[in-house]
Amino acid sequence: MRKLFQLSLLLVVIAAACTKKESSSSESKSIDPAIAESVARGQLVYTQYCIACHMKDGLGAPPMNPPLAGTSFMKGDKDIVINVVLKGMSGEAVDGQKYHNVMPPLDFLTNEQVADVLTYVRNSFGNNESLISSEEVGAARNKK
Amino acid sequence: MPAKKLSLYAATFFIATLFFSCTDGKKTTSTSDTGLTVPEGFSAKIMADGLGKARHITVTPKGDMYVRLAEAKDGKGTLFLSESNGSFSVKAGFGDYGGTGISIKDGYLYSSSNQEVFRYKLDANFQVVDAANPEKIVTGLIDRAQHETKSLVLDNQGNIYVNIGAFSNSCQEQDRQKGSLGMQPCPILDSAGGIWMFKAAQLNQSYKEGVRYATGLRNVVGLDWNQELNQLFVMQHGRDQLHDIFPDMYTIQQSAELPAECMFAIKQGDHAGWPYTYYDPQQKKKIIAPEYGGDGKKEAGNEYIDPAVAFPAHMAPNALLFYTGDQFPAKYKNGAFIAFHGSWNRAPEPQKGYFVAFQPFVDGKPSGDWEVFADAFSGSAENTASGRADHRPCGLAQGPDGSLYVSDDVKGAIYKIEYKK
Repeated sequence: MRKLFQLSLLLVVIAAACTKKESSSSESKSIDPAIAESVARGQLVYTQYCIACHMKDGLGAPPMNPPLAGTSFMKGDKDIVINVVLKGMSGEAVDGQKYHNVMPPLDFLTNEQVADVLTYVRNSFGNNESLISSEEVGAARNKK
Repeated sequence: MPAKKLSLYAATFFIATLFFSCTDGKKTTSTSDTGLTVPEGFSAKIMADGLGKARHITVTPKGDMYVRLAEAKDGKGTLFLSESNGSFSVKAGFGDYGGTGISIKDGYLYSSSNQEVFRYKLDANFQVVDAANPEKIVTGLIDRAQHETKSLVLDNQGNIYVNIGAFSNSCQEQDRQKGSLGMQPCPILDSAGGIWMFKAAQLNQSYKEGVRYATGLRNVVGLDWNQELNQLFVMQHGRDQLHDIFPDMYTIQQSAELPAECMFAIKQGDHAGWPYTYYDPQQKKKIIAPEYGGDGKKEAGNEYIDPAVAFPAHMAPNALLFYTGDQFPAKYKNGAFIAFHGSWNRAPEPQKGYFVAFQPFVDGKPSGDWEVFADAFSGSAENTASGRADHRPCGLAQGPDGSLYVSDDVKGAIYKIEYKK
């Protein structure tokens, strides 16, 4: 019961944080110049390789392609999203919802491109997460 | 004085010109309280709303409607709607399976899940006799998430035609992967990527009992039996992502405009070209797919059929209906209505579709240009461009009085479009 209470409190806090974030654009994150620079580079990668399926607003194209905005994937373990980009994904539900299309592996992107595009996505569309570095991508890629 | 007279004359002429250009046939539209725009003389109203993901629909000779839902709600995947006081209310629901296909033929209601086809005996009022015990007509059809819906239609010789969509975009070794080449020959075509024919009254058929009636069709959602020609017509969802997969060969803009969404008139044994070719509406040619050695220009051979009509790319034709009623003006008779569900694969270019189109036919052949018949399902031009549509047309049905019904699978609205003489 107490756990449930804590969980719902957490959800409320997350929801509040999310709604607050929506009004502020990614530029307001200039507090951390490293993130801001990565976001700027990542947006170019996103426009070239991701936008066709996940759309300009990051809301995807349900029921074909899942959203990136506000999903647990983006809030979760960095390695999971790094691996989704490197290895692709199919048949897996995103927040309980299944999507029809497969995501192809984008392993032809450099470690820096993967890091930038994920940092962009994790700091856009209402998402507000930490930076992913090219070293982290490199480590995940080598783990295999 | 003459100068004044002249300018008055000019002004009158100008206004008259303006008036005539505005009332010029198909361009004139009237807006009704549904928010839809329809041609002059037509009106649209909402008959039901909030039904769920309303896919295909069929109207009985008594004017009642069956609606297929993509996902069953409270164990009910098919809804039975009855009209009273000018709107539909849900009278019953049955069938604990989601799906798209639904059709009435010779005293039975046929409906499909994403793997099977069932039929229910109807009584004299076209109501289902035993909703809990349908006959299973077809089973074991491939459902691999992508292009999984099984649209269906029946002919007049006791056959049922079922779409089995390809579980792939373009039959690459790695689906949708940049640069990945096509499998040769495409093994998917053995069990999907075509229309299969089964006996309408035989139980438990699967691939072994069925006939691959037509192949090379990536995914068909809208299909109809043309009664005038006694022939199957289908609308194909064309391939996606030419730019994403072959960025050196196709620009983002080309990728948004290629390939055409095609209507095909089908004869048994036809090959419509997928995944080896696609139809380029600008060049008006069948072009070899880049996965199979194409370069955007090389033409494909005549072993593949030509489209009957080519529509703009990616608009997702989800329903096809040949109009056989007498209510609408003569030009609509035996012509084709197509419900375009609306695109996603045009981004970052603006999205398109979210309307019902009409393609005139004369003597069984497409005649003249297609036109937008009912528009503004999305709610606004911005919603259309972003793809965030309020409503998306998905199913079409003709009522016994010749009215046209349209279903929406976003909010579950049913629209009725009528013509007042």
